[in-house]
Amino acid sequence: MEYIVEMSNVRKEFPGIVANDDITLQLKQGEIHALLGENGAGKSTLMSILFGLYQPDQGTIKIRGEEVNIANPNIANELGIGMVHQHFKLVHNFTVTENIILGMEPKRGFTVQLKTASARVRELSEKYGLNVEPDAKIEDISVGMQQRVEILKMLYRNAEVLIFDEPTSVLTPQEIQELMKIMRNLIAEGKSIILITHKLKEIKAIADRCTVIRRGKVIGTVDVGSTTEARMAEMMVGREVTFKVAKELRKPGPVILKVCDLTVQNNRKVLGLKKFSLEVRSGEIVGVAGVDGNGQAELVEAISGLRKAESGQVHLKEKDITQMSVGDRIRSGMAFIPEDRHKHGLILDYSVEENLVLKLYKQEPYSKKGLLNKESIHQHAEEVIAEFDIRAGQGVSSSTRSLSGGNQQKAIVGREIDLNPELLIAVQPTRGLDVGAIEYIHKRLVEQRDKGKAVLLISLELDEILNLSDRIAVINSGELVGTVDAAATNENEIGLMMAGVKRGEKIEA
Amino acid sequence: MKLNKEGVVALVAVFLGLAAGAILMSLTGNNPFQGYFYLVRGGLMNAERIGNTLATATPLILTGLSVAFAFKTGLFNIGAAGQMLIGGLAATAVGLSLDLPKIILLPLVLLAAILGGAIWGFLPGFLKARYNVHEVVASIMMNWIAYWTVYYVVPQYFKGAYLETESRKISEAASLKVEWLTDLFDGSYINLGFFLAILAVVVVAFLLNRTTIGYELKAVGFNRFASEYAGIGANRSIVLSMMIAGALAGLGGATFYVGYASIIQIGVLPSQGFDGVAVSLLGVNSPWGVFGAAIFLGLLHSGKGFMNAMTKIPPEIADTIIATIIYFSAMAVFIEGFWEWIDRKKRVRANTTEVNQDEEIIGGVR
Repeated sequence: MEYIVEMSNVRKEFPGIVANDDITLQLKQGEIHALLGENGAGKSTLMSILFGLYQPDQGTIKIRGEEVNIANPNIANELGIGMVHQHFKLVHNFTVTENIILGMEPKRGFTVQLKTASARVRELSEKYGLNVEPDAKIEDISVGMQQRVEILKMLYRNAEVLIFDEPTSVLTPQEIQELMKIMRNLIAEGKSIILITHKLKEIKAIADRCTVIRRGKVIGTVDVGSTTEARMAEMMVGREVTFKVAKELRKPGPVILKVCDLTVQNNRKVLGLKKFSLEVRSGEIVGVAGVDGNGQAELVEAISGLRKAESGQVHLKEKDITQMSVGDRIRSGMAFIPEDRHKHGLILDYSVEENLVLKLYKQEPYSKKGLLNKESIHQHAEEVIAEFDIRAGQGVSSSTRSLSGGNQQKAIVGREIDLNPELLIAVQPTRGLDVGAIEYIHKRLVEQRDKGKAVLLISLELDEILNLSDRIAVINSGELVGTVDAAATNENEIGLMMAGVKRGEKIEA
Repeated sequence: MKLNKEGVVALVAVFLGLAAGAILMSLTGNNPFQGYFYLVRGGLMNAERIGNTLATATPLILTGLSVAFAFKTGLFNIGAAGQMLIGGLAATAVGLSLDLPKIILLPLVLLAAILGGAIWGFLPGFLKARYNVHEVVASIMMNWIAYWTVYYVVPQYFKGAYLETESRKISEAASLKVEWLTDLFDGSYINLGFFLAILAVVVVAFLLNRTTIGYELKAVGFNRFASEYAGIGANRSIVLSMMIAGALAGLGGATFYVGYASIIQIGVLPSQGFDGVAVSLLGVNSPWGVFGAAIFLGLLHSGKGFMNAMTKIPPEIADTIIATIIYFSAMAVFIEGFWEWIDRKKRVRANTTEVNQDEEIIGGVR
């Protein structure tokens, strides 16, 4: 069998862990091959080796049957391997064409032949149905189109093997459909694709074969058509997985959080949130769905006091907290699980016990007259890690940096729930976690709801929103598109709303 | 004090610095062992020299603490020189203007120095918190404001008896020098400032490790954003931290200008202010580490004259050694990287020869 890419027995170690252990991956000419695994399973390492960013400690790589040594990404380019990174690498105030030719500008003397390049970009765009305007500036085009620019970049460099790293995480459901169509076009033109993902639905929809890796080892390569999603999930996690969160029907109580006509500026000093209104009652989970960057950050920062409201009010249990400091809001019963646990949630250089009192250190018994009481801080941490099953090498005195992502997140969740808040705000609470930790955190959030607390959940994972929420508010361009009952909606409807189509409106086909 | 990884890196830096110095001594045709022998002897030979070593180290301890304190809270205080100078000026001014018994005057002198330094730290802190002006730029500018303030104030109001370029000598009542201590160390420069420095080390260690203020300041230093998310006022912490750092350097100014010396000169930014950065780096920003590093640098400074007298080694070699040590401690990342590289080499070799065994170990860990 002729494989276009064949990685055999690849091993890569980093200090303390074996990221890839005897991995073999074979990509056939003209197939879409999914690489499935949890975060930290070793997918990115393996692809970084193929792309020349890392050198394998052992193993061989063959391209079109010939053994090669990919010492750096330039060699990968020459071999026809291209990668669309999860975070795009584009110059924002350059045009599409300028971005595509960057690093290999067609020159005559000292001048760049922009016209020639632009024509070639247009031709490629038409050939693969990418629908990209070569002379538009990156900052003016949508995220979905930026991704297509990244694809064009590879095609312009004559890539034959295209690696997509979690390509759907920044797209709306409709844009995902669009991307899949493009991928099929690419295959039709004879390209081969490796798709890195942990979303089973996408694999099922588009991939031909799927290689599952877990903890750096290959669990198996399966034919997607004849394998169920449940089976692939089991291979990925190592046990059976339940996708549904058990949730009893509950009657919500009084309003805990009331956001009224809230208008907030974003970092670029333009309105990131416009006259947004929302209510969260006790005993319910309200999910906020939307494509990344549509005002979610401004919303939570304004509610938690990190960002000033231009106009409008925020009420917590009938108290106007619009002008309150962050600390006063916390003391009024607000807890917050931020999106970026490293930047906003934890002080990584502090120990676990120090992090667990980050919002309590001023209260007795943890301090008295400005002096810390290390004994009770320690005691408190012991209780929290026992209750929330936080695993740390040296217990509560471990450096927080040394914890795994899941345990770091559990530490934040534990710290916030331990505050016994009236309102719990959770932003992307399971981002980058493995299935076990996700299940655990979902359970804890539902438990808060069942205890009669109000939970505001902001997530980019539509499945998470649909599974956990009682009501769903959809946000687009900083505006509320609408609020729907979670039981009476579906992915398609939410997806349309995320794209800004109001409920009941018809789209012109 | 337990020796952590950073401590080891600091010791490696010292060793590499000394080795580089030895090479330099050899290149200039001297015997390095002899050189180091006289260098150490020059700093420790008798009570007087020990006293001088400690007296030289005193302002370094305080400026080192100043820089280390700011570092702990995520700020780079390059303005210790100016804070020290203004502290010295304030101390000298109070000492020369008031005629009071020592028991009242000396505390006032010290208070003036601490306040002067705190104000010099407050301004860059405020500018950083309010307008996001980088503290390095602001505190370098503050150094020059201090420099020219002294240039103007000293000849104008406190002109010395003979020279335009220095102040009058302060009275015994305003000095940190005390007779019993001077006598104990056979007439050395050592003064009460040394005990103040030790006290400052203890207070700073306590403040950083046992109080809510220290907890907040470090939290902001490690991660300003997470601190803000937790409701800690980051701006207030920045200002407070720079004020405390300034106050420490100001006190260092007192130990130098009304302790080690009895006059203040114009036209000199005290090098101890900048050496404070080195002390802080070498002391890995921990209070007792700073103390040790300052004593070590004090020893090199006070021993170099003797080394020069006894051998043909120029005293600049000692400064070169200090500079080299600072380079190596600043390259801590490089030293750590070097170790990791060796470690990896070893692992790879172990890997290729004993793959099976390795597999078993990893399996066992899982």
